Amino acid sequence: MPIIQIDGQEHEVDTGQNILQACLSLGLDLPYFCWHPSMGSVGACRQCAVVQYQHAEDEHGRIVMACMTPVTEGALFSLTGDKAQRFREGIVEALMLNHPHDCPVCAEGGECHLQDMTVMVGHRDRKYRGKKNTHHNQYLGPLIHHEMNRCITCYRCTRYYNDYAGGTDLAAMAAHDHIYFGRHEEGVLESEFAGNLVEVCPTGVFTDKPLVHEYTRKWDLQSAPSICTSCAVGCNTSPGERYGKLKRIHNRFNADVNGYFLCDRGRFGANFVNSVNNLNYPGSRTEDGRFNALDQQQALLKMAEACDTNNIAGIGSPRASVEANYLLRTLVGADNFAPGFSDVEQPLVELALTIQQSSSAMIADIKNIESADAILILGEDVTNTAPRIALALRQSVRNKAYELAADLGLESWQDSAIRTLAQNQRSPLFIATVGDSRLDDVAEERFNLAPDDIARLGFAVAANIAGEANLGSDDELQQKAKNIAKALKNAKRPLIISGTSCGNSALMESAAQVTQALCNADKQPLPLLSMIVAEANSLGQAMLISDNAVSLSDLTARACAGALETLVVLENDLYRRGKEKDINELLENITNVIVIDGLDNRTLSASSLALPAANFAESEGTLVSMEGRAQRHYPVYLPNAQRRASWHWLLACLKQMGRDEVTEIECFDDITQACATQNSSLSGITTAAPNHQFRNIGVKIPRQTHRYSGRTAMRADISVHEPKQPVDKETPLAFSMEGLNRSQPGSLLPFVWAPGWNSNQSLHKFQSEVGGQLKLKGGTAGTRLLQATDNSNNIALFESPAAFKALKGQWQMVPRHKIYGSDELSVHSPAIAKLVRPAFVEINASDAKKLGVNDGDGVDLNDNKGDKLTTLEVSINDSIATGCVGYSVGFIATENLLAGESLVLSKAENWSPSESQQAVSSGVSDV
Amino acid sequence: MSLDRPLTRNVRADKSPTYFTAYEANGGYLGLRAALGKLSPDECLKIITDSNLRGRGGAGFSTGMKWSFVPKKGDSTGHRYLICNADEMEPGTFKDRLLMECDSHQLIEGMILSAYTIQADVAYIFIRAEYPYATKILREAIAESYANGYLGNDILGSGFNLKLYVHVSAGRYICGEETALISALEGKRANPRAKPPFPQVSGLWGRPTIVNNVETLCNIPHIIERGADWFKSLGITEDAGTKLYGVSGRVKNPGCWELPMGTSIREILEQHAGGMEDGYQFRGLLPGGASTDFLVEEHLDLAMDYETIAKAGSRMGTGTMIILDDKTCPVGFVKNLVAFFARESCGFCTPCRDGLPWSTQVLNELELGRGRKEDMATLAHHVSFIGDMGNTHCALAPGAMEPLGSAIKYFREDFESHITNGCCSYAVQESEVIT
Repeated sequence: MPIIQIDGQEHEVDTGQNILQACLSLGLDLPYFCWHPSMGSVGACRQCAVVQYQHAEDEHGRIVMACMTPVTEGALFSLTGDKAQRFREGIVEALMLNHPHDCPVCAEGGECHLQDMTVMVGHRDRKYRGKKNTHHNQYLGPLIHHEMNRCITCYRCTRYYNDYAGGTDLAAMAAHDHIYFGRHEEGVLESEFAGNLVEVCPTGVFTDKPLVHEYTRKWDLQSAPSICTSCAVGCNTSPGERYGKLKRIHNRFNADVNGYFLCDRGRFGANFVNSVNNLNYPGSRTEDGRFNALDQQQALLKMAEACDTNNIAGIGSPRASVEANYLLRTLVGADNFAPGFSDVEQPLVELALTIQQSSSAMIADIKNIESADAILILGEDVTNTAPRIALALRQSVRNKAYELAADLGLESWQDSAIRTLAQNQRSPLFIATVGDSRLDDVAEERFNLAPDDIARLGFAVAANIAGEANLGSDDELQQKAKNIAKALKNAKRPLIISGTSCGNSALMESAAQVTQALCNADKQPLPLLSMIVAEANSLGQAMLISDNAVSLSDLTARACAGALETLVVLENDLYRRGKEKDINELLENITNVIVIDGLDNRTLSASSLALPAANFAESEGTLVSMEGRAQRHYPVYLPNAQRRASWHWLLACLKQMGRDEVTEIECFDDITQACATQNSSLSGITTAAPNHQFRNIGVKIPRQTHRYSGRTAMRADISVHEPKQPVDKETPLAFSMEGLNRSQPGSLLPFVWAPGWNSNQSLHKFQSEVGGQLKLKGGTAGTRLLQATDNSNNIALFESPAAFKALKGQWQMVPRHKIYGSDELSVHSPAIAKLVRPAFVEINASDAKKLGVNDGDGVDLNDNKGDKLTTLEVSINDSIATGCVGYSVGFIATENLLAGESLVLSKAENWSPSESQQAVSSGVSDV
Repeated sequence: MSLDRPLTRNVRADKSPTYFTAYEANGGYLGLRAALGKLSPDECLKIITDSNLRGRGGAGFSTGMKWSFVPKKGDSTGHRYLICNADEMEPGTFKDRLLMECDSHQLIEGMILSAYTIQADVAYIFIRAEYPYATKILREAIAESYANGYLGNDILGSGFNLKLYVHVSAGRYICGEETALISALEGKRANPRAKPPFPQVSGLWGRPTIVNNVETLCNIPHIIERGADWFKSLGITEDAGTKLYGVSGRVKNPGCWELPMGTSIREILEQHAGGMEDGYQFRGLLPGGASTDFLVEEHLDLAMDYETIAKAGSRMGTGTMIILDDKTCPVGFVKNLVAFFARESCGFCTPCRDGLPWSTQVLNELELGRGRKEDMATLAHHVSFIGDMGNTHCALAPGAMEPLGSAIKYFREDFESHITNGCCSYAVQESEVIT
């Protein structure tokens, strides 16, 4: 490792770094704007200037940009010398010429990198006497607020949005000091990752629009380490609360999961926790069908009474914590516990787990995914099913560029040079999905096929890699498979992605087969496998249940047979899990339907006893992500009204009943411990984060910043006496400003802040460089429960399915997931709701012609018996295979449709889109 | 055939274009015939290196050395590019226009030979949009060259292929910077690129690329045909060859002449440009376009070559001088230039993007009589902050500060009198005032 000298002091630094990285890693304060750890260097802002001396006798030295200067053995620099300091001050002075100095009304104020850097360089007095340039601001949609006058032209936004995230509708326009960052015309930003602009922009040009409307300064936010619940990726987040409301979500760095970025569903979708449809009080249904509010104790007694029977069953939830599901399973007994998946999904999630548990491949986290240099996606429309993975894949295809750069001796941070060199040369990405996807622009090839045909392609690739004889005589398929196999075999780190979203087990099996074929070729490092599941704890749920767990239809059968008296439903809207008539049948045949949930839904309305569940921001829980990473979320604030964590209700009920299983359980950590002890797959969950006894150098970790203000004032309308802050007995965190937010384990970082660094750029103070990768000093959050196992002999060999044949007069339903709309909870966030388009069916033009329908027409979907299931708007999409119909999954209008079923379609006469299917208008009104 | 004026030997008094037949009749394409199939690319490169030809676009970098950085072709496939920088946007410069309008085949021949030397298979002429006449003539000449087998596949049976395109710039001064030119040619914002890597290694579309000025390329056929020693013998001083010198300003005979490299400023100014107009006195000159430092009376006997002018604290640049007379306000003169550079900044890096408009604003205040004492310190700060090499992403901003820094040095009393008198004592043109 080279030794460099900075201001006379010798430092050992990492090879391959630039001087800016080296200085920040050493804890030195060197201002910068345009450099970003994920996006590298371009040398635009000139803020990180230092003086480099040619040799010890060189008295003058010359200004160099630290971000553009590689570390070299013996190099001499000055950070603090006059020349460097004067220049850096000059840069801020120049940047501020046109800045409006509107900090008091700017949403960035208090966490503004420009403010920090201005103070850091010591610029104070303004010498410029000219007028300021001003710009028009644009409407960019419901998520992002635009205020161009604040721009300091660092180019981070377009470099992130276009170069990193693959967006096409944000650009640097005009020239000289009139540069404008915006869209060619006003409109909603198209990228699903636009929200990161809020954190990427070093000042207040792009800010969080929902936050702007309900504003709180960073220093007044209360935060806790949290996990995003809007898909199974498990991105780490830092939610901020004030006045009992979630104000915003910021990224929480996790080197292996989300790095620096979130998707917009995760960032803006979490606002469902503020919904007016929240259930705040327990209630029991009266005979006239209305609900009577109960207090907590009354509700508990009712619950305990109803549960005191052998004819009981429980339905858990893949969106509830491991702990809550474990307690429900304890309450009702393992044989009476359904995990809460649909009948179609349950075996698929179990398959996803089995494949990953038995695979010899490395189960990929996002950092691994970004290292892949050849990728095959079988079935998943990743941008819509696990969005953050799509952003990672955009980086994987750049490995070809890094390879070319290494040949030229370019360091990986030389961003623009590498892009210039590689141009459109990419590592191969093959996408086999039921329709077009948002990654098609970076794909080497895409194949839009029926799910069974995707599986056949997968099996053909596997056979090809294994060098086996051709299956069947489908020459075209074999040729495609040959190309893919060749690319995967030639790659250093091939990656196979599949998952449950198509509702098809064969394509998942084919993915397992391809991966195993690669593993059998003795590849090192190990090939990568990623299995996408749907929800935040889908995989944890599969780990919790035994092989032949009861399903929803099993319970319906029991209920219809009169064998069920009480059903406890945990955080689950069953109408999203099965056909309406089946769910009605289940619920109508049970006397006591107890539902624990946070937001009103149809299942809750059908209950006899409703218990208000605290949401992710109000409770602690462990979730197991798609890669098998157990991660803990913590209450950001205490639950409002009478809401309590689901585990709390269940534990109290078990205690009330005097059940033996819980005599030893006194707190949340005890549940985690009990679950881990009884379930070997989940034995690692206790190490997902430290337990409640952890103290950081003797003290707790504060949820509030040092500058948290107005604790008395904020409730002065009630009383001017400030109440004692609540005591958190369950976690190592405190509802207080007191404690130490430094040097703690990575899983316990509520927010980032460091002296002089008020913005999220302070993160580097919490990071260290380990083996060329930035990690949190306190270690990466979470525990991986899945490891690559060398048991290739145990792998089941799967069979390729028969080719898909369109049935005359019938169409196969293939799911089309939508980042905005398919997820249950995020659509309750007002900003996300504005982005949800109406429910739809997609068919190709020739099928549409057969049906006699055009874009915008309605089509009736009927089952074989001729019963109409729903009517939907037609969207012509030629990427959908003939004989298949894509339908928007997870929308109210499509709840009655099942993946893979064959339906009869006919044109709906005199149809017009109903109110419920219309998108909420997103006009300029929400500026 | 005039051996001492090789570049302009085909330039007629009426400036009419030289087409194929006339060009060939006058000894054109002999250099090409002498090289293709007879000399290896390496042999051509050696001749150019030995000739001590330096880039005529302004920087004066050794052409042979520049070419030598292109990786050897070896077995590598893929395109390699030659680009002719015909984006002649330097204020006061009009020498390349003369060469393109009057003898376009000379440029084409030079490009074929250069492309052959670096083994490029595609070449572009990147020409400024304000040269529609030159564009038309170039396109006609290129068509003639294709028709006569000098362009296209298997040129003169040598097996060497070359496609040549004319690309008309969408505008902007910065396109004259070679990496910005490449960005523009790729259809991107005309922002300069960070170096390394240099275009020779990773240029247009990430492939090895050479960018040369029109005048540089026009020298190639003559050097290949007559040899390095002949070329060196043309110059008066160390720097070899001839140079197109130009003069604009209040002189009797403004124009452009091909003269031996190293001709003295005084000879160019007094003999060729005819001296100052009656009633005007010489005060100073920018030797090679707007982005060079002022020289004054004491420098008039210096030789116009790269080394001599550099030693005097300026740059020969394009070799086309702009003369400052005694009736033109140096502050207004400089303000006009700095305003030009501020407007032409690509906006990529801070000192240039925000510093130049600030300098312009201060100079404008001075011109309007609103200058303050501290403005001199501000300007001095800008000269170093914006102008020091390494402070900015490319050389535009340092170039922009050269006239300002040198004007403060040589005409300081003019700046100060604007402040003390609260007005400009020269006749200010209404159109020059920025309000």
